[in-house]
Amino acid sequence: MQLIQLIIDGVASGCIYGLVALGFVLIYKATETINFAQGDILMLGAFVAYSLIGIIGMDYLTGFALTVLIIAVFGFFLDAVVVRQIIGQPAFATVMLTIGLGFIFRGFASIYWGTDIFSFSTPFSGKITEFNGLIISYVNLSIIVGTAILMSALYFFFTFSKIGVAMRASSENQLAAYYMGIPVKFIFSLIWSISAGVAAVAGVLLAPITLVDTSISLIGLKAFAAAVLGGFGSIPGAIVGGIIIGIVEQLCGTYENYLFEGVREISAYLVLILTLIIYPRGLFSDKAEVKKV
Amino acid sequence: MRFIFKTKYSQDINIAKHNGDRFWYSLLILIMVALPLVLDDFYLGEISYICILSIAGIGLMILSGYTGLASLGHAAFLGVGAYTHAFLLTNGIPFYASIPIVIVVSFLVGAAIGIPILRLTGMYLAIATLALGFIAEHVFIKWEHFTGGNRGLPVPQPEFLGMSFYDSVFFYYVCLVFLIAAMFAAINILRSPTGRAFVAIRDSEIAAQSLGVNLGLYKALSFAISGAFTGLAGALLAHYIGYLAPDIFNIFLSLTLLLLIVVGGMGSLHGTVFGAIFVGFLPQLIAICRDYLPSSIGSQPGLEPMLFGLILVFFILYEPLGIYGRWMKIKLFFELFPTYKRQTFKKQKVFTKSDRV
Repeated sequence: MQLIQLIIDGVASGCIYGLVALGFVLIYKATETINFAQGDILMLGAFVAYSLIGIIGMDYLTGFALTVLIIAVFGFFLDAVVVRQIIGQPAFATVMLTIGLGFIFRGFASIYWGTDIFSFSTPFSGKITEFNGLIISYVNLSIIVGTAILMSALYFFFTFSKIGVAMRASSENQLAAYYMGIPVKFIFSLIWSISAGVAAVAGVLLAPITLVDTSISLIGLKAFAAAVLGGFGSIPGAIVGGIIIGIVEQLCGTYENYLFEGVREISAYLVLILTLIIYPRGLFSDKAEVKKV
Repeated sequence: MRFIFKTKYSQDINIAKHNGDRFWYSLLILIMVALPLVLDDFYLGEISYICILSIAGIGLMILSGYTGLASLGHAAFLGVGAYTHAFLLTNGIPFYASIPIVIVVSFLVGAAIGIPILRLTGMYLAIATLALGFIAEHVFIKWEHFTGGNRGLPVPQPEFLGMSFYDSVFFYYVCLVFLIAAMFAAINILRSPTGRAFVAIRDSEIAAQSLGVNLGLYKALSFAISGAFTGLAGALLAHYIGYLAPDIFNIFLSLTLLLLIVVGGMGSLHGTVFGAIFVGFLPQLIAICRDYLPSSIGSQPGLEPMLFGLILVFFILYEPLGIYGRWMKIKLFFELFPTYKRQTFKKQKVFTKSDRV
């Protein structure tokens, strides 16, 4: 019974990793760059939600929606104004650029909102439900349900909407998509905005658990493990990878005595390294995307 | 404009290209040697720190600037060097024996890290080194027998050549000698076939491989050499800090090293020194900025990461060749005056290279 309880908690935190990893994957599939600032965008989302819900006093759902909208617009212009300029330069340049952007966001957040730890009230805070002796908090439930809703929305968007199909086309082959009349640059900015929006959703869902401060941007680094485990180009892979990482982390934390001290904090990174060494394609990659020497 | 008329093949690989170089670099070394006559202890300490940063920068430059392998966890090597050195000194090994051991240990650690992640390229490598940096930081905390854990580890300051490391003039000379030695070692590695192979790998792996460069071997070698330089810097850093705590070697230090080579100029050894001067004086620069800003912004702790990020972004976007690149442009401007053309350094239009197969 304890095991199932742990797995449920793990799935909830894993969904957050999965959502952040989803942001990496969307951008990577389209532009072959990795956004190292994804975790910082999540942090911005949590802070904006705090401003709207905690300070201005908006209704939770309205504040949630407005936060996602603001961050999505922000993501759009982030690509259109800054990141687009270095397309075609070596991968290293993008890595450095997004790391620099992450530092700017974190610095801005601690200047604008301060370095204290904030919280805002949600309809889920403090409520739990019991099911066959399992204790499930409403917060965890909201994360799992929110992820499921978002995933199905994205699935339908990419499968049936015209823009979604255009996005998949641009990811597959930029030049061919361009010849077909798809405005590739605009589509890429739109992908950045979706990815930022997903990060904002993760940030708002996460806020009741970890509270809001600048250190939550570190989740972005653990989400790399999720993305790599799932195979960097796969959207369901990102979520499954995230859930696996979440469960592994919970289990390592509980059974720490049988392993070694402090294994919980680095378990995600150990999984990441092992995946890269043993099976760098990841679980769900449809084609070999990692070049081998 | 200077034209070098070459009459011997050896002129191609000479370290100093012409007498002007010889004159200016000798003058620079003389000035550096004479500095303790003019400066007080505080500035000598700062310049020693810059020397240490430059050595670490050389290590990362060989890996990232010359071999094209990004590392986001290089503070781990600094940590390995620093802890090994402190551990050896605590157990009574003298300074002159400890330094070579540190270099060998860091070399081996570099090779050990390099070999399993050889197969990764580009982004994957960056992510893997980032994770390794975190794991290393964690090992420093948990391996208490060796590192003292969170309590920290005091670094003994032994006698060496009859002088103490507490003497800032002596410490300055030690750092300077190691920097010059490291610089010569790096220059010589880079003009040897090994160094040429590194550059070939950076520019095109496929071309390098077709010309017979063993990619796996040379990538691991690059990691190992880079680790050795950075480990040496770590050993000196241990003396400079005096008390080792695991949170010194965190991701922020790794990123500072990256900032160093990006600001200095990717792919140039001059750049490591320029970058080290910049990074070394960055805290002072920020302190000055604080004074001029309104106090509501100036007193915020977030200012430092923000400026850090802004500098990084501006260099990547507007001066990818760093301070050294800017220096080359200024030099060329005066050499060609008045016929300098802006287009000489114009960025080439490039298309995204795909990693996908």
